[in-house]
Amino acid sequence: MAETGESLLRFENVTVRFGDTVALDNMSFDVRTGETRILLGAAGSGKTVLLKTSMGLNTASGGKIFLFDEDVTRMPEKQLFEIRRKIGMLFQESALFDSMTVAQNVAYPLLTKEALNPPKKRMPRDQMEATVRDSLRFVELEQTMVKYPSELSGGMRRRAAIARAVVTKPPLLLYDSPTAGLDPITAHTIMALIIKERDVDNTTALVVTHRYQDGNLVANFRYNPKSGRLDPAAGIEGSGTGNNTIFMVLKEGRLVFEGKQKELEASSDSYVSKFVKRPEKEAA
Amino acid sequence: MFDILKGPILAIQEFYLLTGRALRNVGRKPHYGDDVKLQMDALGFGAIPIVVLTGAFSGAVMSLQMGRALQQYGQTGRTGTVVSIILVRELGPVLASLMVAGRNASGIASELGSMKVTEQIDAMRALGTDPIQKLVTPRMLAMAIMLPCLTVIDDFVGMIGGWLIGKLIYDLDFLQYWSQTWRALAWSDVVQGLLKPFIFSFVISLIGCFFGLRASGGTQGVGRATTQAMVMASVAVLVLDLFLGLIFVPYSGF
Repeated sequence: MAETGESLLRFENVTVRFGDTVALDNMSFDVRTGETRILLGAAGSGKTVLLKTSMGLNTASGGKIFLFDEDVTRMPEKQLFEIRRKIGMLFQESALFDSMTVAQNVAYPLLTKEALNPPKKRMPRDQMEATVRDSLRFVELEQTMVKYPSELSGGMRRRAAIARAVVTKPPLLLYDSPTAGLDPITAHTIMALIIKERDVDNTTALVVTHRYQDGNLVANFRYNPKSGRLDPAAGIEGSGTGNNTIFMVLKEGRLVFEGKQKELEASSDSYVSKFVKRPEKEAA
Repeated sequence: MFDILKGPILAIQEFYLLTGRALRNVGRKPHYGDDVKLQMDALGFGAIPIVVLTGAFSGAVMSLQMGRALQQYGQTGRTGTVVSIILVRELGPVLASLMVAGRNASGIASELGSMKVTEQIDAMRALGTDPIQKLVTPRMLAMAIMLPCLTVIDDFVGMIGGWLIGKLIYDLDFLQYWSQTWRALAWSDVVQGLLKPFIFSFVISLIGCFFGLRASGGTQGVGRATTQAMVMASVAVLVLDLFLGLIFVPYSGF
């Protein structure tokens, strides 16, 4: 089991208001290196707001937000751009740029990063192409490089967006409802990619979802590089993903639960237990 | 009671902030030269057909009406002078800008609005790019370069349209018409005729970007932003034209 280390994303009593509506109410949590946090919540509970606030895309009305131990709460946008480049984010509707091909979309974070370097120190074109190709191969979309996002299916777009999020190998990844609106098979593929990214690159992640089974997969399965599939974590030596997977439950902008899977399953809170019981009902 | 004014005042403040940021970014790195060229093609070259048509018909109509009025004084030969002055000083810049405002302010607003509602603007910010630098400044620069050029095309085609009508209806002599149009123009007319579209270009592109970037509420919001951008840009062109006229006319020798 990897030791949890330094703080990558920390909320200290953060409140976000839009006019009179309180979207996040006094939220505090700390995402540390090596963790995968699963944030569960019903629609409208503030999950997306939380992710966007983490990156400074929304402004907090109160409290403090720390990214890589730096206070970003009142940081000017220009300075924030540098910190954001260290974070990969998957948006709910993929948010791929329509006017660019898939390859250009995936290359975008690299180009943005390289544009700040002097021309002579920039990554050579062929190396950049190889990196983009590797990233698309990671999500098994190498064949779609020259296609436009509008030519892809919903699941493929989500995969291309994952490739864009991970291309710079960021230490922290934020996934906004990666399985929302997808069929169960595609949803499983997307979750498998998230687990693969965690196990191959050892990234820390915050996964926002409304499906408990997504969190269950992350907590109990590992990517097997030999077979290229997911195996139950208990059967693999050195596993222990369950210990690094922390669940959080959001209800109307408030954090009502934070803890391991076992604690979540044992919770007597009616709202929290609704998320956990869902798969059992489905199985029945 | 003052609550009603809060919204418009906030919008004006945000518009000025956007304008300030877009202008400040002109000298800041990174520069998106390729995007400027791309927008020059889309917003400038793409608008040539509509500007040519507007110019040709406005020049022709002016020649038709002015020729008739001048005929009463036996001055049909001065048609070229009137067409030239009115086109270069007033109608060319205003009509070209109005047509471009209709085409481009709405185009920009719908494009940026769609990007806003599909989270592409947020994605851009998340990926470490300033959307104003990447999207607004290139459009502003492209319009500032292309609109004066389009106005020159509009003026010239308008003069040709005026000559065609002059020849067909009033049997004007080719040399007489063109020497009249040429001699009628002073440098102040040309400066005014190019300065106006240059100023209008900022208003058109920035209004388009402003409404696009504040679009919300899905496709309906994009539609609303597009309409607002087109209406506001057209009205702004007309209002600004009056104020610029008030500044320029005292210095134009009339």
